[in-house]
Amino acid sequence: MSDVPAPAIHDLGGASRYRCSPVERDEAPPDDFGKRVDAIRQILAQKGFMTVDELRRGIESIPEAEYFTLTYYERWLTSISNLMVEKGVIPAEELR
Amino acid sequence: MSAPARPESVALLEKFVAALAARGLVTEQEIADRQASTDRASPEIGARMVARAWLDEGYRRLLLANGAAAAEQMGVSMAGAPPLGVLEDRPGLHHLVVCTLCSCYPRAVLGYPPHWYKSFEYRARAVREPRAVLAEWGTVLPPATQIRVVDSTADYRWMVLPMRPAGTEGWSEDQLTAIVTRDALVGVALPRLPVAAAAE
Repeated sequence: MSDVPAPAIHDLGGASRYRCSPVERDEAPPDDFGKRVDAIRQILAQKGFMTVDELRRGIESIPEAEYFTLTYYERWLTSISNLMVEKGVIPAEELR
Repeated sequence: MSAPARPESVALLEKFVAALAARGLVTEQEIADRQASTDRASPEIGARMVARAWLDEGYRRLLLANGAAAAEQMGVSMAGAPPLGVLEDRPGLHHLVVCTLCSCYPRAVLGYPPHWYKSFEYRARAVREPRAVLAEWGTVLPPATQIRVVDSTADYRWMVLPMRPAGTEGWSEDQLTAIVTRDALVGVALPRLPVAAAAE
């Protein structure tokens, strides 16, 4: 068993830590922040600046402590903005 | 309720948009247009695909063979979207869709995924204790019914073709569409007759 690596943080299928937690039935659509992040992601993808796999890589490499405190669309924004800096599309200074 | 974005994230978003806009990469108009088109996709599209499949055997075969082509027939553009697989429930077999890794969802035909679909609890538990999760939606299946849980991925999205409920004989496509909820298309619930119709 000990040579089985721990699953990556985003790999939550079957994770026992949530065993006793009911699913919170939040039916609200994304708020304006979420919709805006989502729209920008689609535009950047359509224009060829990023792919869904790059978005995933950016989300999945968020450090564990942050991954579980950021909201869903905050994780997206983190990934997308990091990607655009990484690719030299925008300079990091403008995000500080 | 999902928590609102923190002030520092809201500030980051605006700096990010400003940096992109300064280079002519996005405009506020593009963002507004994209948001409006995303808002237009709703589970009613998926519901109508199910209703049509219940009424039209040829469409049912197309839906099961190539969900994206079946969506295109409903006037939905699937350009750039990953393939859409459709899972057919039958007596003794029920399907439930999850994305354990994040939130993959057939957005073109179901709209935005609901917050719970993206929650850590749903992602973790749907594959481990699907019956307990279904029970939270009031969905209790016979013990002999097999539950097949299918993981949507970045490269392949899934939706469920539930069984047509008894008591809907002779119903129109519109009537049938109205009883297919988003939850039924994900598999956490079953299509149900309105109480008034069931009592008739």
